[in-house]
Amino acid sequence: MQFGLSEEQILLLDNVNRFLDDNSPLDRVRAYADGGDDADIWAGLTELGVPALLIPEAQGGIGLNPLDAAIVAESLGAHITPSPFLGTAVMAPTALVASGGKYDDLLAEIAAGTHRVGIAFSEAIKRRNDAQVEARDGRLFGKSLFAFDADADSYLVADQKQHLYLVAADDPGLTRTHLTTVDKTRRTVELTYDNAAAQSVSTDVRVFESVLDIGRVAIAADTMGAAQNMLDQAVEYAKQREQFNRPIGSFQAVKHMCAEMAAQLEPCRSMVWFAGHALAELPEEARVTACHTKAHLAEVAQFVAKTATEVHGGMGFTDLVGLHYWFKRCGANRQWLGAPEFVRQEAAVLQGLTD
Amino acid sequence: MDLSFGPEYEGFRSEVVTFLASNADKAPKGNDLRGQQAKDWQKLLIEHGYTCRTIPKEFGGYGAEPDIIKTRIIAEEFSKARVNAGLGGQGISMLVPTLLEMGTQEQKEQFIRPTIMGDMIWCQGYSEPGAGSDLAALSTAAVLDGDEWVINGQKIWTSTAQIADWIFCLVRSEPDAPKHKGISFLLFDMKTPGIEVRPLVDMTGHANFNETFFTDVRVPKHQIVGERGQGWQVANAILGHERETLAPANTAQTRINALIELMKNETADGARLIDNPVYRDRLMKIQGKVMAMRFNELRVLSARLNAGQDPGLSRMITKLEGTELRHDLEGLAIDVMGEIGLAYEDNPHLRGGGSWQRDYMYFLGLIIGGGTSQIQKNIISERGLGMPREPKFEKAS
Repeated sequence: MQFGLSEEQILLLDNVNRFLDDNSPLDRVRAYADGGDDADIWAGLTELGVPALLIPEAQGGIGLNPLDAAIVAESLGAHITPSPFLGTAVMAPTALVASGGKYDDLLAEIAAGTHRVGIAFSEAIKRRNDAQVEARDGRLFGKSLFAFDADADSYLVADQKQHLYLVAADDPGLTRTHLTTVDKTRRTVELTYDNAAAQSVSTDVRVFESVLDIGRVAIAADTMGAAQNMLDQAVEYAKQREQFNRPIGSFQAVKHMCAEMAAQLEPCRSMVWFAGHALAELPEEARVTACHTKAHLAEVAQFVAKTATEVHGGMGFTDLVGLHYWFKRCGANRQWLGAPEFVRQEAAVLQGLTD
Repeated sequence: MDLSFGPEYEGFRSEVVTFLASNADKAPKGNDLRGQQAKDWQKLLIEHGYTCRTIPKEFGGYGAEPDIIKTRIIAEEFSKARVNAGLGGQGISMLVPTLLEMGTQEQKEQFIRPTIMGDMIWCQGYSEPGAGSDLAALSTAAVLDGDEWVINGQKIWTSTAQIADWIFCLVRSEPDAPKHKGISFLLFDMKTPGIEVRPLVDMTGHANFNETFFTDVRVPKHQIVGERGQGWQVANAILGHERETLAPANTAQTRINALIELMKNETADGARLIDNPVYRDRLMKIQGKVMAMRFNELRVLSARLNAGQDPGLSRMITKLEGTELRHDLEGLAIDVMGEIGLAYEDNPHLRGGGSWQRDYMYFLGLIIGGGTSQIQKNIISERGLGMPREPKFEKAS
């Protein structure tokens, strides 16, 4: 019995961490937030094999499993790295591999880092107001809100029936409108479909569910990385910053804030590991675990993001320190792919507790 | 990641299951430490190695090599079958491991067998009115007079003192030494003249604890574990372990399943509470936390099995998070029931035998006992996160 990361997984985490330490420091993230691109970061991650991670070897990938993807997501969250990882390396390959060979050419492009796939799932998870996606005879109509990422080459779109379609970004029937959010580390768009050409990827709801589950676990892992980094920054700051002639970290009021963050966050790590493992190995537990992991990480991260900022005092509120990038990443992850209240409702339904 | 215990352990598990299937009817139902049925059951469990498993045969145990997985399988199966897992109490859980580690051969021979057989019940004399979180400030005095210690002072939170045969007790034997180096660990008979036990009724309405007073209690000099002044190390040899086991996640799992059943059965205006989105969301929130704690416990177990694995803070946080979680869980059950949740003792509307209210209060006690949540936060921040200690105050002259 061994519950934890293998040596290979620890090595993978170290490799990605080292690359992102060098190539995704806060200044680089700021450059992206100010309108720059993430091309060099994605090229570097491609060299490390990141987009090929979940693609089976037979289809030109590395053939690793969801826990490995969660490990990479943790590192990206810790470094608040702008990247198309979630859609392109995690969710799209899961859908495309499930279609059984039909999309091997596209998978090869994804693995090579030359094609980015965005995700437009919001309307199939919890449709807001007048947004909706309707598919008729291989054409899409309606609109998706908050699709990510803004600069994708194609979009994996889920309609109300939770069927999956692929739409090319340059299709004449597709209009992309940039939607600014608080989280400047990920760019989102509104997609308007007016008779847009759509290739069917799956009409099997279980495929949609598996793509959603792995997306949620990856977001939870990203959240964990971001929250852990905020805690680390808060502890470090509290050790350095002096008031009343002593480090503020020696005051119990401050220490206890840090201890509470650590105590809530530590079990999250095991939860993310288990959730990643369950997706591949424990199908009966996988869906409920994915829901709970997504929702629980959202709650813990909300507490950590607020508390870590408070530990920094006024500096935490400034752009100078930049802690707000992590704060907003946690806040955005909370809403993507299902807000915690709705995801917990799904967990209850999956257990047959309610209709 | 490998969650299986392997085929040899599955064989062991089926042995346990088979044993339970044919013997469970012999198990006592309540928590009577003194009953003959409890003692007979204990004897049977020891013979099969299902309790006191690693205590050497010469002292009455089963004499197996330590095997964390087998211990866990036994706990899991007994809990699943809801069968009494053998005698508990602080003698078996605290004193016996302490004696095995720090006791003399004579002490082991004299005390371990009767303790694990249920013939010798112990209470623990650690906390005092003036020494709670700052336990090392304890002041119960032990003064050597010839071949005897003469003990004066008061202990508090001495659970089972009213029925205990003996006490293991921390006393200040070296008043001039620094506070951690002036303590000794003594063992003595509760029938010794000069001991008075007063029940301490707590918020549950029961006397789960006592106050214990010592007036010129005379104890033979040799009834000490470890050397004079070593009592703090003796006590701490196993204190950390107690904290980890106060609120295990599998019990929380059992309780949340019971809470789900409760919410399926209780109705308000004819609607099941499980169908009420507000209460259901609170349930799901707590279920998510229980899940996180279960996986955290797997990590703790794994780090004990695999020498190279870093447990992070997973062990250090279990007391704080586990006890707070149970208090929240029991509290939700009360909210679900509304006024019915207030029912207590002989109320005909009582649910679950009154366990929801009792555990709601009991776990508030555990949040405080065994090192308060605030002390846990000091430990996590100082030892876990490496934050600076609170500066010591200079004594005002």
